[in-house]
Amino acid sequence: MHTRRDFLQYALNAGFVLGAAGLGANPTRALAQQKLTQDDLLKFDSKGQVTLLHFTDCHAQLKPVYFRPPDTNIGVGAYAGVPPHLVAQEFLDYFNIERGSPYAYAHTMVDYVDLARTYGKLGGLDRTATLVKAIRADRGDDKVLFLDGGDTWQGSYTSLKTNGMDMVECMKLLKPDAMTGHWEFTFGEDRFLELIEAMGYPFLASNIFDAEWDEPAFEPTAYFERGGVKVAVIGQAMPYTPIANPSWMFPKWSFGIRPEVLQENVDAARAEGAEVVVMLSHNGFDVDRKIASTVSGLDVIVTGHTHDATPFALEVDGTLLMSSGSHGKYLGRIDLEVKDGKVAGYSSNLIPVFSDVITPDPEMAAKIDEVRAPYEAETQRVIGRTDSLLYRRGNFNGTWDDLICQGIMEERDTQIALSPGFRWGTTLLPGSDITIDDLYSETSMNYPSVYRLEFTGAQIKDIMEDVCDNLFNKDPFLQQGGDMVRVGGFSYACAPEAEMGDRISEMRLTGSGEPIEADKTYVVGGWASVNEGVEGPAIYDLMEDYITKKSVVSLDPEAAAVRVIR
Amino acid sequence: MQLTRRNVLGLTAGAAAFAMAGGRFSPALASAEDAEKMVMDFTGGVTPGEGKVSLNTPEIAENGNTVPVSVTVESAMEGDDLVESVIIFADGNPNPAVATFHFTEMSGEALATTRIRLAKTQNVIAVAKMKDGSVFMDKKEVKVTIGGCGG
Repeated sequence: MHTRRDFLQYALNAGFVLGAAGLGANPTRALAQQKLTQDDLLKFDSKGQVTLLHFTDCHAQLKPVYFRPPDTNIGVGAYAGVPPHLVAQEFLDYFNIERGSPYAYAHTMVDYVDLARTYGKLGGLDRTATLVKAIRADRGDDKVLFLDGGDTWQGSYTSLKTNGMDMVECMKLLKPDAMTGHWEFTFGEDRFLELIEAMGYPFLASNIFDAEWDEPAFEPTAYFERGGVKVAVIGQAMPYTPIANPSWMFPKWSFGIRPEVLQENVDAARAEGAEVVVMLSHNGFDVDRKIASTVSGLDVIVTGHTHDATPFALEVDGTLLMSSGSHGKYLGRIDLEVKDGKVAGYSSNLIPVFSDVITPDPEMAAKIDEVRAPYEAETQRVIGRTDSLLYRRGNFNGTWDDLICQGIMEERDTQIALSPGFRWGTTLLPGSDITIDDLYSETSMNYPSVYRLEFTGAQIKDIMEDVCDNLFNKDPFLQQGGDMVRVGGFSYACAPEAEMGDRISEMRLTGSGEPIEADKTYVVGGWASVNEGVEGPAIYDLMEDYITKKSVVSLDPEAAAVRVIR
Repeated sequence: MQLTRRNVLGLTAGAAAFAMAGGRFSPALASAEDAEKMVMDFTGGVTPGEGKVSLNTPEIAENGNTVPVSVTVESAMEGDDLVESVIIFADGNPNPAVATFHFTEMSGEALATTRIRLAKTQNVIAVAKMKDGSVFMDKKEVKVTIGGCGG
């Protein structure tokens, strides 16, 4: 639980970190005067012998992106109202960030479109490469560990067409020291093994076991000597990969959180003489907050999966928790000072990768061009235009998903559409062309079939309750990550704090306002089913047809299908 | 699915119908009270103590048809400090008594691993009976989901 004292401490830290980055006083003006520079972004209170760099959940975005932060990110129970469950002005207040500043743009949706036009896109692996190289040059290679948290291979047109190889080739240039993952498994067992072989650095997972023999399937831990300090890195893959994604694609592996195994691996690392123990995690923020307070001996958790970004590492029961966002928008950095075999001091910063002010690294830029070249004409092909802001991230519907639900209902002639609550998918500003690249940033995946089935009202309600419990269960160990399933054709009310079975109410068909009845049958379309043998067109083909026919799309962001009961 | 009386009264006709649908599994499955009675039958009426027994289950089953479950009991496994048997119940299954494991001094340790089928989200309960007549219990809820939309 967080007290007011914690809050003040965070606010103070935030002021300090922003000040150190040179963005404290009046960042808007600083930028307007062309004073936001690569050097400002790299300014850091360097410390100690070990630098950890954390990059996670880039979802195959090699190029800079717009990515609107969520307007709704509800925490429940003990996790309500604390990071990362703060959005908009609350986030700015908590972290002492000035409205209109570069950090406000990077972290919140306040004034999003205006600030996007001012500050431009974030990310781009060539910009990240520049930062990584600069930090390595400044600190010395022997002090830096670069860790990839996973969800790196999936999420773009080119990653789909190259079966993940474009990302493996580009990431190799960053010389990561270790990786863990989640969507990597959706390339299927054979391809997954091929690609981790091609990487040339270890894929770590403490929590993946052979499903038949219950034996560890991967190395849990790798050891590194950095700045004369022995560092253990323990990997933790997304615990619910076989539930949230199709387990038939990787039937030999069983996952789970397995905190007792994690504790054993931490203890083993200490016994091996590790002075610093780091968990490279794809658990998600709240799961790792609970891990930090239940597993002992972890100095640092670098966490991913839930795409949360906090401006610096948070301290939870003596463990540092660094959550480095998604889509290549940020690079997380923690410096550790180790004395007498213990972490004695640290500094941290989540560096927003402002693509307009960072010089692209030529080597990475050339590699990105090379891997994309065979597909360049297709990725840049314009299929339509949007009058509205198109975005996905948020606990409930975003406009991209509203568009996808409309497309499914129209193209498959259904009453209702369900679209998964993925947290990946980029943003388009009003007035933008929609290209094939943009469409695949929302839909690229290896199980894309759009089904058309009949469900009873009771089944629809059960699905809604089930997904909602994965998002809002008060025990984070029962949360799978992801947001609420998006709906088209009906509206509902959601009470996140209620118990499973009682959260969803007021389900009514759009238009007629008729209640959805338990024993009545409805025709439902949806995509990304985890079942094997799903029939139907691929979501990206269906949506290409739909957007092409519409030519120009307009979505009303205020037309929320969900009434949230707080 | 549980709907309280207040909810049912407060909601629309459509929602009230959910309450009826929500009960559709109940005739075949045991209730928590049934399971408690079975525990007491097994222990001969002794209320189980806490500790000694550690039941290890996944938080969410990857496949409800085959859920790995393991149980260990702290014991010297000799003299009076001996685990005689361990029973595993699944309180929401049609037949809650899933397995009974018997031990002797020759077992060396009281450890058992098996896989069980779970019809729905429910408690798995392990009860150990010691030679001195004492009984101990551990209980874990295992969630069985429809499948998700994680991202």
